[in-house]
Amino acid sequence: MGGRESTLVLLDENGIRCDGRKIDEPRRIMIKAGGLKNADGSAYIEFGDNKILVGVFGPRDVHPKHMSDTDTGILRVRYHMEPFSVGERKNPAPSRREIEISKVIKEALLPAVMLEKFPRTAVDVFIEVLQADGGTRCAALSAASVALADAGIPMRDMVAACAAGKVADTVVLDVNNEEDQAGQADMPIGYMPTLEKVTLLQLDGVLTPEEFKKCVQVGVDGCKIVYDLQKKALNEKYFQNGGDQ
Amino acid sequence: MTTSVIDELKKSQILELLEQGKRIDGRAFDEPRKLTVEINAIPKANGSARVRLGDTEAVCGVKIQPDRPFPDMGDKGIFICTAELLPLSHPSVETGPPGPDVIELARVVDRGIRESHMVDVSQLVIEKNKSVVGVFADNVVVDYDGNLFDACSYAATAAVITSKMPKWEMKDDVPTLVEGEESDLPTTTIPVSITMGKIGNHIVVDPNGDEWASMDSRITITTDSDGNIVALQKGGHDGFTVDEIVKCGELSIKAGAKIRETLKQAGKGSQ
Repeated sequence: MGGRESTLVLLDENGIRCDGRKIDEPRRIMIKAGGLKNADGSAYIEFGDNKILVGVFGPRDVHPKHMSDTDTGILRVRYHMEPFSVGERKNPAPSRREIEISKVIKEALLPAVMLEKFPRTAVDVFIEVLQADGGTRCAALSAASVALADAGIPMRDMVAACAAGKVADTVVLDVNNEEDQAGQADMPIGYMPTLEKVTLLQLDGVLTPEEFKKCVQVGVDGCKIVYDLQKKALNEKYFQNGGDQ
Repeated sequence: MTTSVIDELKKSQILELLEQGKRIDGRAFDEPRKLTVEINAIPKANGSARVRLGDTEAVCGVKIQPDRPFPDMGDKGIFICTAELLPLSHPSVETGPPGPDVIELARVVDRGIRESHMVDVSQLVIEKNKSVVGVFADNVVVDYDGNLFDACSYAATAAVITSKMPKWEMKDDVPTLVEGEESDLPTTTIPVSITMGKIGNHIVVDPNGDEWASMDSRITITTDSDGNIVALQKGGHDGFTVDEIVKCGELSIKAGAKIRETLKQAGKGSQ
């Protein structure tokens, strides 16, 4: 982002990044469907050093009532970071950043969720970032899709998310925290692989038009990797362990 | 934003027209509305602009004052851009703390200008780690007809390129104004944001209020003077295909170049 000076070697001569990954390699990703007893659906994701828990409630009655829509259900998303999730303690009140991320994640999920089947109800998605290490919105969005599926809410597709970016003049997949701080561009992407639709897209940093195209492509390919892991997580819960816990 | 209550009739009329290759106000799909820029609208600010994009109007004032640097950025000045929707801009706007739409607006406008590195913050240091120059570009929307992202972005950009920076020196550990010494605010590039709406399968540049209320999703892309893409934000309840995104990137560079000329001309007029 800011392109801050540092002694960190972001990309060595062999094309290996600061955490030992290749340029097209995502961090270690672990997704688990379910896990919370009281939520209608839940998921836990570890995406590198990110640790994020998502709980889904609904479709249920809408409070406050005036928010309800007679034609369709509504989706509400809260993305929240714990005070202990980052280096310096974070004020627990929702920041402007968190409000914006809640909004973009909501809009990324809307094309996937078939809310029109549940008029006058709300589906609430609560995202709690327990530990943050760059790329939380992508990890959170991926986990939220799994949690919605786990809640049994009809969906057109799952949204998988992964960031692409530019580090040391090279387009790379899945920018980590160090790379985000010292790199040149970060582009989070949310994608529905079956419907071939991008539903979350942001960018900060400088890209030429060619790098821009490449970044979108690399990011979409990363989303497909995440998508397979999302399906695997649901598979593990529902088909291999003999159904519900 | 304040989506005016648009009936389903108007929505289907807009879509019907788009199917015939027409827009409701007669513009081409890739044509932004008329942009007028009035520079130095607020003489008490260090730089200002009043911008009208069609019937959307925004005023930006830039205030420049000494500030403490951020703890990890002692060798850089501060640039902050905000945006606010005033109650007089539309009957549906209420007073009170900003909602998610307005917070997103402010953050997207700020990000576009910040990520282009338009303001050269490395030149805004009075004394390293102690005192730096803060540049605050505050936007207010005074009239609403869709696409506040671009209106605020143009207002802020025009205000910043025409800003005059006072001079401060450290005296007894306090930044002290040096009278009568003013210089242009150091800038490196002119960022231009282009917002496109997707209605059905049609992509239109600079949606007006009716189109804004009818669109399924939108994308805001900011480009710099070198034709690089520096910031981007997707919004709305639908998605884009990869091809559409690439097309939007091309549209933003093409449409942005014309807007950049308008902003440049406006800036020259103030000299």
